[in-house]
Amino acid sequence: MPGPGSRNTLGRPGPKAQNPGKSFKRIMGYIFKDYGTHYAWVIVCIITSVLCNLQGTLFMKELIDKYITPYLLDPNTLPNFEPLAKAIFRVACIYAVGIVASFVQARLLIKITQGTMQSMRNDLFQKMEKLPIKYFDTHTHGDIMSIYTNDIDTMRQMISMSIPQCFNSAITIVSVFISMIFLSWQMTIVTVVMVGVMLFCTGFAAKNSGKHFVRQQKQLGTVNGFIEEMITGQKVVKVFCHEEAGKKAFDELNNELYDAASKANTYANALGPINAQLGNLSYVLCAITGGALALTGNVSVGSVASFLSLNKSFNMPISQVAQQFNSIIMAMAGAERIFGLMDEEPETDEGYVTLVNAKKGADGKLEETLEHTGMWAWKHFHKADGTTDYKPLEGNVVFDGVDFGYTDEKMVLHDIVLEAKPGQKIAFVGSTGAGKTTITNLINRFYDIQDGKIRYDGINVNKIVKADLRRSLGMVLQETCLFTGTISDNIRFGKLSATDEEVIAAAKLANADEFISKLPDGYNTMLTGNGANLSQGQRQLLAIARAAIADPPVLILDEATSSIDTRTERIVQEGMDKLMNGRTSFVIAHRLSTVRNADCIMVMEQGRIVERGTHDELINLKGRYYTLYTGNSIA
Amino acid sequence: MLSRLLSEVKEYTLPSVLTPVCMVVEVAMEMLVPYLMASIIDNGVYAGNMNHIYKIGLMMVLAALIGFIAGILGGRFAAVAAAGLAKNLRKSMYDNIQTFSFSNIDRFSTSSLVTRLTTDVTNIQNSYQMALRMAMRAPASLIVAMFMAFYINARIARVYLIAVILLGCVLALIIASATKTFREAFPKYDALNESVQENVSAIRVVKAYVRENEQIGRFQKASRAIYDIFVKAEGKVVLNSPIMMLTVYTCILTISWLGARMISVGDLSTGELMSLLAYCMNILMSLMMLSMIFVMLTMSAASAERIVEVLDEVTDLRNPEHPVWEVKDGSVSFQDVSFAYNYEKGGKPVLEHINLDIKSGEVIGIMGATGSSKSTLVSLISRLYDVNEGSVSVGGVDVRDYDLEVLRNSVSVVLQKNQLFSGSILDNLRWGKEDATEEECKKACEMACADEFISRMPDGYNTHIEQGGTNVSGGQKQRLCIARALLKNPKILILDDSTSAVDTATDAKIREAFRTQIPGVTKFIIAQRISSISDADRIIVLDNGKVNGIGTHEELLKTNEIYREVYESQTGGAGDFDETEVD
Repeated sequence: MPGPGSRNTLGRPGPKAQNPGKSFKRIMGYIFKDYGTHYAWVIVCIITSVLCNLQGTLFMKELIDKYITPYLLDPNTLPNFEPLAKAIFRVACIYAVGIVASFVQARLLIKITQGTMQSMRNDLFQKMEKLPIKYFDTHTHGDIMSIYTNDIDTMRQMISMSIPQCFNSAITIVSVFISMIFLSWQMTIVTVVMVGVMLFCTGFAAKNSGKHFVRQQKQLGTVNGFIEEMITGQKVVKVFCHEEAGKKAFDELNNELYDAASKANTYANALGPINAQLGNLSYVLCAITGGALALTGNVSVGSVASFLSLNKSFNMPISQVAQQFNSIIMAMAGAERIFGLMDEEPETDEGYVTLVNAKKGADGKLEETLEHTGMWAWKHFHKADGTTDYKPLEGNVVFDGVDFGYTDEKMVLHDIVLEAKPGQKIAFVGSTGAGKTTITNLINRFYDIQDGKIRYDGINVNKIVKADLRRSLGMVLQETCLFTGTISDNIRFGKLSATDEEVIAAAKLANADEFISKLPDGYNTMLTGNGANLSQGQRQLLAIARAAIADPPVLILDEATSSIDTRTERIVQEGMDKLMNGRTSFVIAHRLSTVRNADCIMVMEQGRIVERGTHDELINLKGRYYTLYTGNSIA
Repeated sequence: MLSRLLSEVKEYTLPSVLTPVCMVVEVAMEMLVPYLMASIIDNGVYAGNMNHIYKIGLMMVLAALIGFIAGILGGRFAAVAAAGLAKNLRKSMYDNIQTFSFSNIDRFSTSSLVTRLTTDVTNIQNSYQMALRMAMRAPASLIVAMFMAFYINARIARVYLIAVILLGCVLALIIASATKTFREAFPKYDALNESVQENVSAIRVVKAYVRENEQIGRFQKASRAIYDIFVKAEGKVVLNSPIMMLTVYTCILTISWLGARMISVGDLSTGELMSLLAYCMNILMSLMMLSMIFVMLTMSAASAERIVEVLDEVTDLRNPEHPVWEVKDGSVSFQDVSFAYNYEKGGKPVLEHINLDIKSGEVIGIMGATGSSKSTLVSLISRLYDVNEGSVSVGGVDVRDYDLEVLRNSVSVVLQKNQLFSGSILDNLRWGKEDATEEECKKACEMACADEFISRMPDGYNTHIEQGGTNVSGGQKQRLCIARALLKNPKILILDDSTSAVDTATDAKIREAFRTQIPGVTKFIIAQRISSISDADRIIVLDNGKVNGIGTHEELLKTNEIYREVYESQTGGAGDFDETEVD
């Protein structure tokens, strides 16, 4: 189930695992962590059911030798079926135990499998939420999604089938082997030799099918990529009458995929007949050997009959393990990606300054309190002298010589210096890639700076606990992201404890109340697929309401560049203006009205602030801003 | 539905037919083994005849060999047939999608088309291969084994028949109930994926509002729901195996009891008893296999349906029988045009009674709020959609009378949602004209103000464009798209909000180049920025699918309220700082 825009087969590491042993140990670790006792019982059940099954097979010898052959050899014996009835009853009991054991095993395995998958999913998600933004910049959404879907799915097969199957096979092989030796060592040799041949042939087919499967996966990735690109651009294809050229390119890729797929499956399909017919051959050879041995009186007819059944039981697990081979390889590759995500470095937080509710004490000083006073303070513990002081949360932000690069090699921001006093509005203008968005991402520490300092109310942001820092900053992003849930759920995202009245008040402030109340279900309208049922403007209004309800002293706004129409735009603009009123605001501006009433405009170019000042000052400067504003000439 | 899918087997019919044949041969050989075995025991071992053992043994080896060959061939044929069917399905779907009109494409979403071409086809390939190999094999082995059992001893075989019927019924019940539970499980699974998807794309919002823990809680709830429903569903499926074992064991014991008694009175031989036991396993195993096939086929039925939908979709737009092969000039006229998406299904009209007369070479600006159908209006000119009422003419001829390719080569559209394709810049430009020389490309790029940034790239016109054009900025992409459209040498050029990410100065330069270099081409310019259209010969103001006003900039300022309102909000030349380029 790939999500929109996912390229789950593109650019992913191949189906081969780098270190299967380590991954296997970790999978087992996962299983034993929560389901150790369960698994112990599974093992007991497997052993029990294997042994019961074996007893049943060996019963054949007893049946023939004890209850049938005597009558055949001496037809005058009076039939006495009482011992047979007793024997059958005994075997029936053994079988019953076997059935119960295998049923319990299956039930337990479901719990173990699903439970392990559940805890892997939860751990993955928990880890993902803690990862720095950088991780999401460097991994495509499709790849991340694919870990949750495809890779976790390979675990199901692995835990519920492959591992128990291998275990079962191992026990079966050992116990059957011992029984075979007891019945006839000659036939045992025949069987073992044939198994050797089987393993050789299986290995050959598996190796070839594996090779072509890798090729098939690669081709599939290419074809999927092509399809995705062409279908996404289908309207362009039509407009340019490019259909035939596209068809030709597609045919080529499609034929190559066919070639790889048919070869891979040919080898994979050969596994079945190889094992089945070599198994039959082994059976025949045993029958001939057994027949010869029985004639010379070395073994009983019952032993031959039992041995032939054992021969099947011996070959079966080997072909079963062979069939698990491909899924084990795939599971190991999947496990590696799962653990890869789990092993990512989480976002670190070495902050210790916290945000607390405060009130004015009798002496006029700030005091910490548990009540919601509506007044907040930074609680700053000074290690040097062991004192704690409280600073009111005001919303003063200072950049002091900040350098930043997404990688250490390439800086994208150079020597940024700016101060926003409480309540001021700072606008950033400039071209794409000039670094406007990057600056705002530094205040809330989505990224950490390489050099310089950022201070919030005089405190270095590195000292502030990240959660508290972000709680004091409101954000309205250019691309509005909404969550599955009702409209009020989405607004309440900004403040979980908000009452219905507060939700409506926030919506009113954001100019969103008008359209919400017109919806048939009002505030209870369900949103799905990032609010696909709303227009872009409406989604923006909700994002503004979401920020409004959080009531932060500092706001970061990224104005949408998209072409919403002028009327809606005006409504959105009004909402934003109301929200910014009285707060320190950083606005990535695309609109004239925003920049005009900004306290300071920062004109950015290639990671530097090249001009700063109010609108009038900058116009008089007749520099870069003037050019942008008038659009008359290009610098 | 099935027959539609099977009609795509085409050249792979022979392997498709041969696979079951091979499978039946393999089954027959396999079924011979227990029978021959009985003969070895009875006539060889008990009779003390070693020659007979060798003779039958040789026959068994032969049977195994034939079975082996049949099995390998069957596997090969099945692989070829299934991969071939998949190839044909992909090709047929892809080819059919190429005939789709815009409204066909709108009906399916892009992502759903991609899933249909990829995941669904793979599902069908796997199911078809399994069906070819197993669908014949399982019933054949069931029937042959049953037949052999009856042949050897009808009384005991009756036990099997009863067992098969009972087991069959129980399996059917279990499967029916399990599939129902699995169906309930899928939406829960979707919800889980959605939760991940949302968190991946909205990670900045989650982090900005410090909502990680709430989201984790939400996710864990969804993940718990999955656990519960899958434990429930699979709990039903695992009943299969103990019930199967119960049946097998009961059969074995019953046969042992009955068999031993019959042998003692001479109605049955030891060898026969053994072969009966072997057939018992065969019969019940085939039944199990059948139930598995059934589950898998029902699961891929949904995929089949989705594929057939694409295959059977008929394009809305057809070429006329005797098409007009030449577009005379760039004049356009709309006569009482009304249009609705999904007209047949009672869709609301988005254009109503539009009457326009545009002379060849005119520059027409179009503006209006989102949803006022600007894009729809121009898409009728190159016949991306067919009108419901009235008619659209280009060069004095109804667009429905032209050959589609001729029409679309004369009417060049730069779409609002435009796209570049992976390949070099030249490759992309040559979409407009396949055999365009580098000079022609350069000239078009100069006109679209794209040459200035291309020539500064290290690889120039050979610069590789990533999928989706992610390595060029929004404004650069738009200019490349304009250049690509210019290469067609069209009679009519339509720019649908195609300069929104280009700064105003460059925008003006592009328009100036149009005016001086391709004066004869009729130009339609849709824009939100007044400055992009204010110098047009005429401006059309659209409001809710109706023409609200037509005229020059000055006329509209005086007479049209909507236009004036927009103008005032954008005061002056540059109303905004939209994504201006550094050039």
